[in-house]
Amino acid sequence: MIDYNSFTLNNGLQVIVHEDDSSPMAVVNVLYNVGAKDEQEDHTGFAHLFEHLMFGGSVNIPDFDEPLQMAGGENNAYTTNDLTNYYESVPTQNLETALWLESDRMLSLAFDKKSLEVQRKVVCEEFKENYINKPYGDVWKLIREQAYKVHPYKWMTIGKELKHIEDATLQEVKDFFHKYYIPSNAYLVVAGNVKTEEVKVLVEKWFGEIPGRSLPERNIPQEPAQTEARRLTVERNVPANAFFKSWHMGGRLDPQFYTIDLITDILGGGPSSRLYQTLVKEKELFSQISCFHTGSVDAGLVTVEGRLAEGISFEEAEKAVQEQMDIFCKNGIDPNELTKVINKTESMMAFEDLSLMSRASNLAYYALLGDTDLINKEFGMYQQVTADAIQAISNQLFQESNSNTIWYCATKN
Amino acid sequence: MINRTIAPKYYDATSFELNLKPYELAYLDNNTPVYSINAGAEEVTSIEFVFYAGNWFEKEHLVAATTNFLLKNGTSTKSAFEINELFEFYGAYLSRSCYNETASISLHCLSKHVQILLPIVAELIQDSIFPDKELEIYQKNNLQKLNVNLLKCDFVANRKIDEMLYGFEHPYGTYTRKEDLESLGKVQLETFYQTYYINGNCKIFAAGKLPSDFLSILNNHFGKMTLKNEVNPLDKTAHPIIRDIEKKAEILNDPNNVQGAIRIARPFPNRHHPDFQKVNVLNTIYGGYFGSRLMSNIREEKGYTYGIGSYLQNHVQESAWMISTEAKREACPMVLEEIWKEAKLLQENLVDEEELSLVKNYMIGSILSSLDGPFSIISRWKGYILNGMDEETFQRNISIVKSITSEELLELANKYLKEEDFYQLTVI
Repeated sequence: MIDYNSFTLNNGLQVIVHEDDSSPMAVVNVLYNVGAKDEQEDHTGFAHLFEHLMFGGSVNIPDFDEPLQMAGGENNAYTTNDLTNYYESVPTQNLETALWLESDRMLSLAFDKKSLEVQRKVVCEEFKENYINKPYGDVWKLIREQAYKVHPYKWMTIGKELKHIEDATLQEVKDFFHKYYIPSNAYLVVAGNVKTEEVKVLVEKWFGEIPGRSLPERNIPQEPAQTEARRLTVERNVPANAFFKSWHMGGRLDPQFYTIDLITDILGGGPSSRLYQTLVKEKELFSQISCFHTGSVDAGLVTVEGRLAEGISFEEAEKAVQEQMDIFCKNGIDPNELTKVINKTESMMAFEDLSLMSRASNLAYYALLGDTDLINKEFGMYQQVTADAIQAISNQLFQESNSNTIWYCATKN
Repeated sequence: MINRTIAPKYYDATSFELNLKPYELAYLDNNTPVYSINAGAEEVTSIEFVFYAGNWFEKEHLVAATTNFLLKNGTSTKSAFEINELFEFYGAYLSRSCYNETASISLHCLSKHVQILLPIVAELIQDSIFPDKELEIYQKNNLQKLNVNLLKCDFVANRKIDEMLYGFEHPYGTYTRKEDLESLGKVQLETFYQTYYINGNCKIFAAGKLPSDFLSILNNHFGKMTLKNEVNPLDKTAHPIIRDIEKKAEILNDPNNVQGAIRIARPFPNRHHPDFQKVNVLNTIYGGYFGSRLMSNIREEKGYTYGIGSYLQNHVQESAWMISTEAKREACPMVLEEIWKEAKLLQENLVDEEELSLVKNYMIGSILSSLDGPFSIISRWKGYILNGMDEETFQRNISIVKSITSEELLELANKYLKEEDFYQLTVI
């Protein structure tokens, strides 16, 4: 059970306080409800580029990191297609330093030309390091483009192409900021050895005077149901063939979410999962295989990802995956297998809750979803999943017409 | 409006008293030590069995790592699948890791399942059989993984720099080669297992909300084993270091690469050396945190890289001071130039008071945050114990951070940051 208190400032900022006196540190987490899906298709990579710029100094504070480090703190941030999350951890005594810094960059950035020039280069190097210079680095670009035709999930968080980042102008950056980085589009969590009343005073002091602005309506085109199977074959300079197959699923708040989460775990989460055991260990058709879902706020994907063993053909590999999926859809699971995935989920949640930082970011995330209390209700939702539901939903989900297959071929030298 | 240009008052982290929560020490009937921290709000437990079974002890390449990996792949009564299924059924994680000196098996689970799971761990430690089929799959799949990794310039650079520093035959310099993977045999693994696990040297580290009868459960399953508790089993084997004669190397791994991996390193004494912790502070200033000189200049000023860092290698015996980055291909020569320019600055100018105090506060803050919760506390203790250090080390290291002066740092930079002492490698 994770206790918390919440309140909302006049400017619309939603605040959550989680008191935990066992930690010497306090965590400040600010989640903005803006991600890569809010970008224009010809201007991608912005939300993420922005994450970098948010450390380039704000209107009254020239350097973000320096005062924080002076106060013994550390910070970082991440961007996804759905959101941007910033967090600091500081010795509890120095909580106010973190609030001062976060509030000033919510007020306004410094919009420094030099900072934009440099961060643009840094992000381009990040792009190269993770998506160009690594074997299989472009796989998610391919999967997204294949599965999404309309929804902006069709590009990666880092951006669709380097050029978009290289071309970003200061004016575009300013516009993006003023549009999305406003109190009513943010969730602030303060966690640690703190008292709600004291936090309230400090939050009022630093965030209260940030003017409230109205948020533009979000008009994200939702992906229509896919009615025909899609296939793609590419050839790349990699040493081994790889196989990817994805199916469309609902979003994070879809009631089927919990069932699908368990389905992916049974199929491909860990060494005793069905696909791993039969296809890697028994039949030796793959050297590795897993099944997972993207867990996105809007409708997401369930993906099977595997690397073929030496000398195995794509036809053979795909047939074997299909066979396992068919058996699963036809026969369902036994009660023991259900108990196992529920146990795994219980344990995973307990380990996740160990860290104050992860409790803080989860609280912000559930607030974004619209129901902070989900943090305490979710395990109950998993416990309610039945074997029948698993079978019924699998049959719906794993329709061939809903599938996207990629054969990622190693160049033959 | 409040004046936002004035920072709110903050407490100097260097004025904080830091305490490392002490561990409890008990011994099983066979004298195996159990170090534990019983604390935490969540009903979870972690138990790690550390054996002196790292590659330090192997006679043929890869035997230590393979033995450790295959511990989970079959006993005389259970198949690999049954073992995985048992742990996963209870939502537990059984992981194994092989390092230079030690190799470990660790169990993370809900506290209520400790009693059911420990006997299986005991079985793995005493009754593994290394089935041929499992070894064959391991070899095949790892060969493929190796081929994939060899396309990455950072992977190739990490191997090569260690080889330059220590020589391929030294445990710190060795790496996975195709021929070594292929020549692995079951008998080698069984022999290694017999010597270094069944009759091996073991230390146990536990943390979390431990069940009340924790020690007696442990003793029932592990107290009668033929485990040993020697003070320093490493001393029995000597491994000569054979460094490269050439200090500079450039490798073209893939002509299509858009980035190059740079590794620069010099030999450095281990953690018992009086300069070790002091250089740790100097390293932090140089390349050890986000605001470091290397990051500020090479990433934040020039945008040549997504990240650059430096660190002291974490080896029990001799270690190394390493600088590491992946940078824009065309910029690699400029990056090297800037790395040495920053080193020169530290040799010629005193670090000013503001920067020094920032680094001190940052370091204390980061120690403080690493003491958050029983798992991180035991992990710090484990580091000390395996390196033959104690609580005094913790306090001494903190007082070094708090009291080191700019003059000392200047002296250290002149002693240890000389370009000619470093090996320098670029892999594209």
